[in-house]
Amino acid sequence: MTKPMTLYLSIWRQPNAKTPGKLIQYTVTDVSPAMSFLEMLDQLNRDLVRKGETPIEFDSDCREGICGTCGLVVNGIAHGPERATTVCQLHMRHFKDGDAITIEPWRAKAFPIVKDLVVDRGAFDRIVASGGYISVNTGAAPDAAAILISKEMADLAMDAAACIGCGACVAACPNASASLFVGAFLSKFALLPQGQPERKQRAQRMVSQMDAEGFGGCSNIGECEAVCPKEISLSTIARMRRDLWKALF
Amino acid sequence: MTLDAKIPSGPIQDMWDKHKFEMKLVNPANKRKYTIIVVGTGLAGASAAASLGELGYNVKTFCIQDSPRRAHSIAAQGGINAAKNYQNDGDSIWRLFYDTVKGGDYRSREANVYRLAQISVNIIDQCVAQGVPFAREYGGLLSNRSFGGAQVSRTFYARGQTGQQLLLGAYSALQRQVDAKTVTLYPRREMLDLVVIGGKARGIVVRNLINGQMESYAGDAVIIATGGYGTAYYLSTNAVNSNATAIWRCHKRGAYFANPCYTQIHPTCIPVSGQHQSKLTLMSEGLRNDGRVWVPQPKGDKRRPSEIPEAERDYYLERRYPSFGNLVPRDVASRNAKAVCDEGRGVGETGLAVYLDFADAIKRLGEKTIDEKYGNLFDMYERITGENPWDVPMRIYPAMHYTMGGLWVDYNLMSTIPGLHVLGEANFSDHGANRLGASALMQGLADGYFVIPYTIGDYLAGTSLEKVATDHVEFKRVASEVQADIARMLSIKGAKTVGEFHRTLGGMLWDYVGMARNEKGLKHALEAIPRLREEFWQNMMVPGRAEDLNKSLEMAGRVADYMEIAELMARDALHRAESCGGHFREESQTADGEAQRDDKHFSYVAAWEYNGLNNPPVLHKEPLLFENVKLSQRSYK
Repeated sequence: MTKPMTLYLSIWRQPNAKTPGKLIQYTVTDVSPAMSFLEMLDQLNRDLVRKGETPIEFDSDCREGICGTCGLVVNGIAHGPERATTVCQLHMRHFKDGDAITIEPWRAKAFPIVKDLVVDRGAFDRIVASGGYISVNTGAAPDAAAILISKEMADLAMDAAACIGCGACVAACPNASASLFVGAFLSKFALLPQGQPERKQRAQRMVSQMDAEGFGGCSNIGECEAVCPKEISLSTIARMRRDLWKALF
Repeated sequence: MTLDAKIPSGPIQDMWDKHKFEMKLVNPANKRKYTIIVVGTGLAGASAAASLGELGYNVKTFCIQDSPRRAHSIAAQGGINAAKNYQNDGDSIWRLFYDTVKGGDYRSREANVYRLAQISVNIIDQCVAQGVPFAREYGGLLSNRSFGGAQVSRTFYARGQTGQQLLLGAYSALQRQVDAKTVTLYPRREMLDLVVIGGKARGIVVRNLINGQMESYAGDAVIIATGGYGTAYYLSTNAVNSNATAIWRCHKRGAYFANPCYTQIHPTCIPVSGQHQSKLTLMSEGLRNDGRVWVPQPKGDKRRPSEIPEAERDYYLERRYPSFGNLVPRDVASRNAKAVCDEGRGVGETGLAVYLDFADAIKRLGEKTIDEKYGNLFDMYERITGENPWDVPMRIYPAMHYTMGGLWVDYNLMSTIPGLHVLGEANFSDHGANRLGASALMQGLADGYFVIPYTIGDYLAGTSLEKVATDHVEFKRVASEVQADIARMLSIKGAKTVGEFHRTLGGMLWDYVGMARNEKGLKHALEAIPRLREEFWQNMMVPGRAEDLNKSLEMAGRVADYMEIAELMARDALHRAESCGGHFREESQTADGEAQRDDKHFSYVAAWEYNGLNNPPVLHKEPLLFENVKLSQRSYK
């Protein structure tokens, strides 16, 4: 076992959406390299509670990189330095004893801060409600084998469907655009035969809801793809634009 | 009260169809006049809310997460079973029914399981129509695999993310109803109590997790789909916020709790690495299709796996169970892993792990095939452990995973409180004493898409419901009780954090109500758990305020409930002096160490009635009758 580390943290504290926040310094000791980043924060919180201080609020749930609940900007990078890794799966073996680490929430107008590192991503649910589905009521489905889908297309659809809706793409984008999220959602349907009947309308509705929520536009910077824990491809955004273009004319 | 499971009469093949015909219907124009409360948005809750919304009911849906898409169904990896027989390998509804009853060690209700197997085929149709990207063959047809002890290939999957894809399908259907205004969504709300008026479930009290305010919601029926109680063990494969509060508080309001000792320890999880551990990560048991489980033959062998020659390895599952090999059911695989580690043959730093080795499979099938099948799981393993499974065998160990027990429900999925329906893992009904792999997703979606939309209509159409609003005195009384509990927790200001109490409780459960149980240990647990609970209520330390986002306070309420559930689990395990499925009583085993059932004395569902915290609960028995499946000693030799 490698010896325990001491880390110097600057963490964003903000009591609620209306009160301004600021970075506060903390020292956390006895950090094991086998810990996850969130387990390191658990340990800090435990120490804070024992000292009678208020713990730092952050969201997390499955802690295995699939629910999309967690999300922190670690040293300026959404989900931290490891490629294709959510912050709950980022392990402390990637840090060194004595490191200084800055921890901030997702920052975007459409993701208002709730408290400390917790943000409100309800905008994503509203975008999905605007058209992110295939209109099929329960019980109205034909036999599953009646629809043939080539393995290649099924695989491509699955690549897009892997999005966990964490919002890292928005946090990383200088324009706070949700294009990668929307592009991925549209692509998983656009690549399948079941998604064709509503394809254009879906693109139009989801994109206009994205705009209404206050997300910025895409200017092809690619930060979103670089931080995406599921490595969703920028090509999903290209597909979104093509579908939108076709819908408009 | 006698338990009436309301199982329809007649041959098992016809029961559901006959029942569907006999159930009362709600006039289409009247559906919108009924309000249905759905708590939980996993596979069962989201599919129920979406389907009820489509029918025209007025649905209110609640979840603790910031979005319904994050419920822990999302983490299910391996797949979903369905008796489609697309592979022409001898599958049928009857075989899925039979396998599930046998896999559950003959402790489930035949009629429910048969219906589940029937509905399984509709689920796959529905999900494909929604655009779920199931794995495909080159010809464009759906791909299947054999999974978790099945000898036919009936499992449908979407890489290692089947739960995610099915949940996103249900979530999209749910959001479509949100847009249609049949469903109203209440995220970041935690149900803290059930409101029973005139003997019927008529509403819930929730805490708004953003501002800490108590909110009350009234309805004509309540559906609970909040999952199981596995997080009582502290370390489990569940999400850290998964909890048992909703089901436990319904239990305290009169819903019987069935078979609480039936818990499932999953054989293939990443071993514990230290005291800091907050949760355990499952590696899909689909890995056992191609991975071979082994330990060194000698005790205390500290050589690296590559240095251990073939002749000195013990592929103990293949040795003991030649016909099922590495694919024995979960309980058998877990118990055997524990046994070899207890013998001192475990591997890794802690000695609490066995190898899961892919070297042969990579040689036989090639890197490309293995990468396609398991690539994301290999990546996940490497991220967590820092070891590369392409080069060294994975280390795995069993972990708490799923609870077969839950609130008692009848054939209509209604609890002992009229109007309170319970779906998915939160109920007890379909898996008996052990759940088969890829059957949880099937049950959640069967309950939500295809059972409750029918049975709830029958309840609403056949019940006279007085008009009830949240200004009713009962709502006020329940809300003030909940508020008093919260105030009490904040006022204690003791010396131990809630997390420390939770960890201690989880350790007790793991040691005494875990993979192997015995009378002495269970009696000890029944003394130790109430003592710990007493200390908890005197010495817990909860920071912050009630009127604020306060995750420490949320957790305190959940741990308070685990302290009570844990006692019921131990009590149930003590009373069931037989081994069955996941409940292995050391006093009841065959000569070669397999679980020994006692059908003469224990062929029943144990449904416990709450009787106040300081009184023992009352045991009610629902006899299990097997008319279609012949009871036998399970054998996977």
